[in-house]
Amino acid sequence: MKKIKTAKELEDIRKSILEKRDTNRPCITICGGTGCRAYACEKVITAFGAEIKKQGLEAKVDIRVTGCHGFCERGPLVVFHPEEIFYQQVTPEDVPEIVSETIMQNRIIERLLYTDPATNKKIKYENEIPFYKKQRRLVFGNNGKIDPTDITDYMAIGGYSSLAKVLFGISPQEVIEEITKSGLRGRGGGGFLTGRKWHYCRSAHGNPKYVICNADEGDPGAYMDRSLLEGNPHSVLEGMIIGAWAIGANEGYIYVRNEYPLAVKHAGIAIKQAEKYGFLGKNIFDSGFNFTIEINRGGGAFVCGESTALMASLEGKVGEPRAKHIHTVESGLREKPTNLNNVETWANVPLIIARGADWYSKIGTKESKGTKIFSLVGKIKNTGLVEVPMGITLREIIYDIGGGIPNGKKFKAVQTGGPSGGCIPEELIDLPVDFEELTRVGSMMGSGGMIVMDEDTCMVDVAKYFLSFLEDESCGKCTSCREGIKRMLEILTNITEGKGKEGDIELLEELAAAVANTSLCALGGTAPNPVLSTIRYFRDKYEAHIRDKKCPAGVCRQLITYSIDEEACRGCLACKKLCPQEAITGEKKEPHYINQDKCIKCGVCLETCKFDAIRVE
Amino acid sequence: MIKLIIDDKEVEVREGTSVLEAAKKIGIEIPTLCYHEALAPYGACRVCTVEIIRKGRYGLSTACTYPAQEGIEVKTNSEKVKKARKLILEMLLARCPHVKKIRDLAREVGIEKPRFKLDNEECILCGLCVRVCEEIVGVSAIGFVSRGTKREVTTPYKINSDVCLGCGACAALCPTGAIKIEDIEDLRKIPLWHTELKRKKCRVCGEFFAPEVEIDFLKKKNTQILEEFFETCPDCRRKELGNKIGGKICQG
Repeated sequence: MKKIKTAKELEDIRKSILEKRDTNRPCITICGGTGCRAYACEKVITAFGAEIKKQGLEAKVDIRVTGCHGFCERGPLVVFHPEEIFYQQVTPEDVPEIVSETIMQNRIIERLLYTDPATNKKIKYENEIPFYKKQRRLVFGNNGKIDPTDITDYMAIGGYSSLAKVLFGISPQEVIEEITKSGLRGRGGGGFLTGRKWHYCRSAHGNPKYVICNADEGDPGAYMDRSLLEGNPHSVLEGMIIGAWAIGANEGYIYVRNEYPLAVKHAGIAIKQAEKYGFLGKNIFDSGFNFTIEINRGGGAFVCGESTALMASLEGKVGEPRAKHIHTVESGLREKPTNLNNVETWANVPLIIARGADWYSKIGTKESKGTKIFSLVGKIKNTGLVEVPMGITLREIIYDIGGGIPNGKKFKAVQTGGPSGGCIPEELIDLPVDFEELTRVGSMMGSGGMIVMDEDTCMVDVAKYFLSFLEDESCGKCTSCREGIKRMLEILTNITEGKGKEGDIELLEELAAAVANTSLCALGGTAPNPVLSTIRYFRDKYEAHIRDKKCPAGVCRQLITYSIDEEACRGCLACKKLCPQEAITGEKKEPHYINQDKCIKCGVCLETCKFDAIRVE
Repeated sequence: MIKLIIDDKEVEVREGTSVLEAAKKIGIEIPTLCYHEALAPYGACRVCTVEIIRKGRYGLSTACTYPAQEGIEVKTNSEKVKKARKLILEMLLARCPHVKKIRDLAREVGIEKPRFKLDNEECILCGLCVRVCEEIVGVSAIGFVSRGTKREVTTPYKINSDVCLGCGACAALCPTGAIKIEDIEDLRKIPLWHTELKRKKCRVCGEFFAPEVEIDFLKKKNTQILEEFFETCPDCRRKELGNKIGGKICQG
């Protein structure tokens, strides 16, 4: 492969790629993202390959394995081009029929279409599904169009043209101005203005300078950075190259956790391919600009997502943060000026260069521009990754896109911002989602985790869960974070076990303030958020645990009792048979009883009973 | 030079000076546990937390890591500082209820008994031992392992380290006495690091003094110094030097 030297050469290659492709030729795109892999999409991929071969259609039909489409709840997902027919929950057994009917005869297989639960109507096309309709998939949308292991797919949709645009006509200062003007803010959690960060790094004294892509996403339930790096690695690389050029860096790193094997693999392939075409390496586009990217695999410590801990880890030291009184843009990796941005931030850069800051800054709210990818999980019908414009309300995300709460349950709260974020209650569901608003209500944007909770969730238990995560994941360097989280967790555990006492809430608040104000890094600084936000909005639930020794949601085992409603019980024996403690007694067709001394409150009876006869109090 | 105000007093220091050092210069003592003037500031214990007012913004920070800046105001004993420091010491006391140094510091801020469950640790994870071993001795025989509440200082794989010199710098700096050194006959033991090293016999008095590996290490580092020096225990060295000087004076 000859290295590309001019913007024209790039455009010519793009045209020749497109010319070779017949846009009318049927193409089966199968989601190969992490969510669909969990649903064994690899078997579907193999089945399609075999069936196409069996029917002798290799020359007529293309198969493309893409990155994550976002609608993980319904995987494995298959989309047929050019019509964009959308099939969901496809199994290998469906494949021969799909090829014979849909590919060959253009006939729709109704059972594989998505049914809109609101109207009960079958939906044929991806873009008509409510889950996708309200989204604005500027960054994430290309995932479904390209094979992430094939650079020509990325080039076919205009990939690396932003880099060419920058190298052949925009000065580094102008790039920084453009990014600043766009209003892009760090998607990793801090929300710092990206352009300004670049400016500080460019102006900092010291050489060499470094750029880093933070792909150490570690929040429970969050996987947007993972899916972006898996599904469209070149967009991240292109952003990094543009950033490096603007800042004046020649070396870059992608710090990605080793638990993301597909992301590691795809990023590695992408780097090699980009080097081959001359987008990375020496003398990029014959411009004299050199830039290399290395992948560094992280060991999976949550704290290594913190910029200074990440840099320490990159240096081969223990991944623990240091005081940031001198910013990393001045003294970061190896004490040199270093610009670190998160995966999603980098992926926004080519888009802004291609379409302009004016266009970009029209999307979103006054202070938060563009879109944000959220990982919508928990008690929600449509689990998946959603990309929405800033300013959209929580209600729109949870109900219009997410489809609401399953099993007819009531919405209770949504936790945003990862483990250090906060829980937002139902009364704030019309809150527009942006950096400022989320912080104002005691939560934060974080990297974009969104965990939905229903009426069966105990908020004290939730706070306890996040704190136990943080207790494990705190690096343990500073007293405030290490000891403070431990003590808060002790108090919370006592409360959920019925050992809470008057003054516990106040002591929690006192500890929370100290941890937030005196910790070394942002992990400690934000660690009390789950406690503070649940106290703020669900104080009555804490009081019920402490004063009445009751868990209103029926979650905290030490505070609940299971009993059987005599009226409702039909004496079917089902619960009796399954109770692991043999705590249930009763004859057939007679009401059953639970022996409280034996009951371990495992809830098996509740799940088993078909007559709604089990009471939890 | 940089001018700043600490507890209403103006102080002028060189660039790169920490707030802690600046305070010391005008006689303001800020309590510390993980700070040592020979080592890079670390900011782990948080005991030196002070209030910094910069450009109208108030915030708490550790004096040891915060660089002195022109025009900032520092309060080392404001209500906010006292409250934060008190809770930090209360948490440290709950961790190490039997360590005298912590008990004394806690008592100074009015804490006798913490409100939390008592643990029984001796180490406060200040990292002085780890840092002196790396920054001054230069061998990094010990380091931190694990995270969060499981964090501890130990040797790699928690077995006897093949680079530990048994020099005892770690124990000398430990503020809580958690690191103990046992010199028995020809052996130096540091049980916490599983260190057990042979000691050298003094050519003069015949007493065992420093570990042989430490002496070899020092020899390699200081090739100009006479062999004799390393064969002699510090006591005899002093005596010999005294005799020499004494002899010269008498002769003179």
